[in-house]
Amino acid sequence: MKRLPGGGRIDRTRTLDFTWDGRKLSGFQGDTLASALLANRIRIVGRSFKYHRPRGLYGAWTEEPNGIVDLAWPDGRHDPNARSTLVPLEAGMAASGVNAWPNIRHDALGLIDLFHRFLPAGFYYKTFKSPSWETFESRIRQMAGLGTLRPDADLLHYDTRHAETDLLVVGAGPAGLAAARAATSAGLRVMLADDRAAWGGSLLWQPHDIDSAPATDWVAQTLAGLDGATLLPRTTVFGAYDHNAFGLLEQRRTAANSWAAERVWMVRAKHVVLATGAIERPLVFPGNDRPGVMSAAAVLQYLREYGVCAGHEVVVATNNDTAYATAVALAEAGAIVSLADARPDPGPVALTAQSHGVRVRPATIPVATGGHHGLRWVDLAPRSALGTPERVRADLLAISGGLSPAVHLHSQAGGKLRWDEPLAAFLPDAARPGQFFAGAITGTPSLAAALAQGHAAGAAAAHALGRTVTLAAPRTPDAVAPTPITPLWFVDVPDRRQWIDLQNDVTLKDVALAAQENYASVEHLKRYTTLGMANDQGKTSNVNGLAALAAFTGRAIADVGTTTFRPPFIPVSLGALAGLRHGKLFSPVRHLPSHADHLANGAVMREYGGWLRPACYQRIGETVADAITREAAAARASAGLFDGSSLGKIEVAGPDAAAFLNLMYYNEVANLKPGRIRYCLLLRETGVVYDDGVVARLAPDRYLLSPSSSHTAGVLAMLRAWHQTDFPHLKLAFHDTTAAWATYAVSGPRSRDILAKLTTDIDLSDDALPHMAFSEGRIEGLPGRIARVSFTGERSYELTIPAAHGPALWRHLLALGAADDVTLYGIESLSVLRAEKGFILIGTDTDGMTLPVDLGVTAPLRNKHLDFVGKRSLLTPDALRPDRRHFVGLLPEDPSFVPAVGSHARVDGRSHGWITSSCHSPALGRSIALGMIEAGRARLGETVEIFHLGHISRATLTAPCHLDPQGARLHG
Amino acid sequence: MLLIPCPWCGPRDEPEFKFAAEPALRPTSDVSDAVWADYLYLRTNEKGFHREVWSHAGGCGQFFLLERDTLTHTIHRALKPGEPS
Repeated sequence: MKRLPGGGRIDRTRTLDFTWDGRKLSGFQGDTLASALLANRIRIVGRSFKYHRPRGLYGAWTEEPNGIVDLAWPDGRHDPNARSTLVPLEAGMAASGVNAWPNIRHDALGLIDLFHRFLPAGFYYKTFKSPSWETFESRIRQMAGLGTLRPDADLLHYDTRHAETDLLVVGAGPAGLAAARAATSAGLRVMLADDRAAWGGSLLWQPHDIDSAPATDWVAQTLAGLDGATLLPRTTVFGAYDHNAFGLLEQRRTAANSWAAERVWMVRAKHVVLATGAIERPLVFPGNDRPGVMSAAAVLQYLREYGVCAGHEVVVATNNDTAYATAVALAEAGAIVSLADARPDPGPVALTAQSHGVRVRPATIPVATGGHHGLRWVDLAPRSALGTPERVRADLLAISGGLSPAVHLHSQAGGKLRWDEPLAAFLPDAARPGQFFAGAITGTPSLAAALAQGHAAGAAAAHALGRTVTLAAPRTPDAVAPTPITPLWFVDVPDRRQWIDLQNDVTLKDVALAAQENYASVEHLKRYTTLGMANDQGKTSNVNGLAALAAFTGRAIADVGTTTFRPPFIPVSLGALAGLRHGKLFSPVRHLPSHADHLANGAVMREYGGWLRPACYQRIGETVADAITREAAAARASAGLFDGSSLGKIEVAGPDAAAFLNLMYYNEVANLKPGRIRYCLLLRETGVVYDDGVVARLAPDRYLLSPSSSHTAGVLAMLRAWHQTDFPHLKLAFHDTTAAWATYAVSGPRSRDILAKLTTDIDLSDDALPHMAFSEGRIEGLPGRIARVSFTGERSYELTIPAAHGPALWRHLLALGAADDVTLYGIESLSVLRAEKGFILIGTDTDGMTLPVDLGVTAPLRNKHLDFVGKRSLLTPDALRPDRRHFVGLLPEDPSFVPAVGSHARVDGRSHGWITSSCHSPALGRSIALGMIEAGRARLGETVEIFHLGHISRATLTAPCHLDPQGARLHG
Repeated sequence: MLLIPCPWCGPRDEPEFKFAAEPALRPTSDVSDAVWADYLYLRTNEKGFHREVWSHAGGCGQFFLLERDTLTHTIHRALKPGEPS
């Protein structure tokens, strides 16, 4: 192998230096890493997955199974599994082999290959099961996998785009270009995607004339004429989904551009032309994995694209016509070429090859290869006498087992495949809606047919959209009809170490064993042997594998069928799929209007239900626990100030608002007087408590609901669903005003004194504004509302004003309260205050089983005679069971011990329930807890055992409210 | 990813929508436990032609009836509530 003095689409004036396993090498601008390695005579590029056998490059593009390398770019980016055939060479790259120690030429684990007979398919399943898989797991995991991930963060930027188009053309070979050309001429919006940087597909390495000009000219003209089309080079369509939705991976990285180096497109196309071509499949014979055995199509690409001749003494082995072009091209490049054709009469191609000095051996196949660290010889034998081969010296064996149409996207989209016996290939069966095929995917090897099919597909898409193509189809001289393929699935000799899947080390022996063990379904074969998994996805191994299975199970290939192709066609990095959705953008949090003030006040910010809120306000010298205790104590001693702006504010208005909400809420809300507030539960139809919150009646036809911060969207969706689907005759409308208002609670015995300093026209006297009432008016000149609701059990005032003025009011309240020792308190402190009062926290104290009766809220069911959501479910035998778990308080025997949430409450070793909340109560000077305990309300005073991770303590069951059960402090 | 024709907004990508329920009439509260349990928990989950209530949750927020094939993913039609079917 060597770089030829001329040829290829590389820029020989621009030398790029890189390293391979520490060795300094160089290539040219336009090389892939693989072509540069080949030009530098690097024969071994990796070690195989299972047996650690040395492996060289087999392919030149996405089909490559071996050339997976560890690659570091000069800018710090690192890819532990770079596919060398797809990576454009850049100066400063450092590449090295993977799955080998100390290096790929001398791999200590290569000894594993000597024990191959003990490593059959299913070896791991059969061997590492006694005493248990876990015994072996860590050691096996160390040996498994290719490459090592570096722990540092990914330096790449990724992006996502969504697009819609009239026609997506997949593949810019002759068929795809003809389709795009026709559709564009009719005014369609066209997207043309091809995974290569250059346009033209196989025309890049197979010279032809189209429309009486060199094909490269036709490609250039066609591209110039694609007015307004979206051209996506280096873009692989990796997935086809329902209704012509497609996932595209665009490689945008160059040495100059690292921004959005990979971009995923989600494209919805009215029509799609699949001009995806075909992938050459290998021949299967003993020793076919030796470095130096390559795909004939790949050898041609290396020659024509990169000016690299992969061998000097070459044997080409084939069972079809396509490899002849490779043989002739190699001979023209100066190689000594002989060709073994499995067919007895190769036909006219043989004459052409012979005229170029290629020695053609009909009815001959390879039966063995040899050479340490790379190919030295090939044994060729007549098909009729496999036992008497002739040994031929060779440093390259170019093989072709026929073409497999790239039907992946059709199959992914739910399309069926059919086995075509004469072509020995799976072809797409009936097209899915809006889908067209053109070119080699249809099984045709003919350029003329590909151009005609492409043109027809573009015209058909145009026709479906009411447009007409008047352009003439591109033409090319008819080629000589090919000599049909003769299938050669494997060589029938005792040596069954014939590789079917190079990447996963699946051999003919493994398929035979799977068949013998009755893994007769092709889907089972795949999973048992790992055939076609990882990068391959059926590109090279699929047909050979199932043909072998068919032979071993005595069935026809059509009856064996194929596995379902699933996305992605090529590996897609998780970073690319995530796009910008990572870090702060992964799940964006909402900020309170006074966010900056909280930070300035030392808030410990945490996320609660999608909002970033102060957990507490930590002072110098305090732990978080200290801060929580201080804040909770201050709210009871003097006054606290709390930001409740994230509490939901859903307005429900309309003549039927009262009737509708009465259907929705567990509690009666129709008899609520304007100006009054009621605490209500909202149930699911299953009777389970979904949310709790206060409902305020603003006017006879207008309510304001305050669901929990994290449930606001859910409550609104639930109300809308009921209104639209079951009660559409009720006249009302919803409006979520949560973000429009800032709400601050002043709570504590001195809250009244602080409010008295406020400039407002709202009468704050207890007669005018009692507990569970609100008034509207002006607060410091701004429209607002003051409500008497309390989540702390203390006298509380909740002030609501337009969000934009929130920070000003926040600072104003702090200033007004300074003389009364007002203390800021956060969510965690509020959680202590509410636990002292035994107030439930939905989702913390309740779960997906909790009914209102479990919380002791039974009055509405008894008194509310109208129907409401969930009512019927509260009357089932299960809901009426006397031993349901009840919400109760627990007082630990040791007042300094705070039992963990989730601890079980046991009696005689059996769990009777668990703890749902627990904390140190500053007001009581001891630990308290809440929990759900079987028939708990009937067992107050009983002592239970608290069990957590083997630790046992004791606690007494009490009522949930640990402090001020009469509620005197609300009015204090 | 289905392409779903919202009766108000036109064809949109599936992620904009939410499946809501199989269409069912809400029983009155005097039905037996068994009938109520069926309403709450039993789904026909047809393979093939299926009628479902969906909402255009990420769009107009409206609920509608969708007739589709759960096997082939063919969308037959989308109906506004009350539209004759």
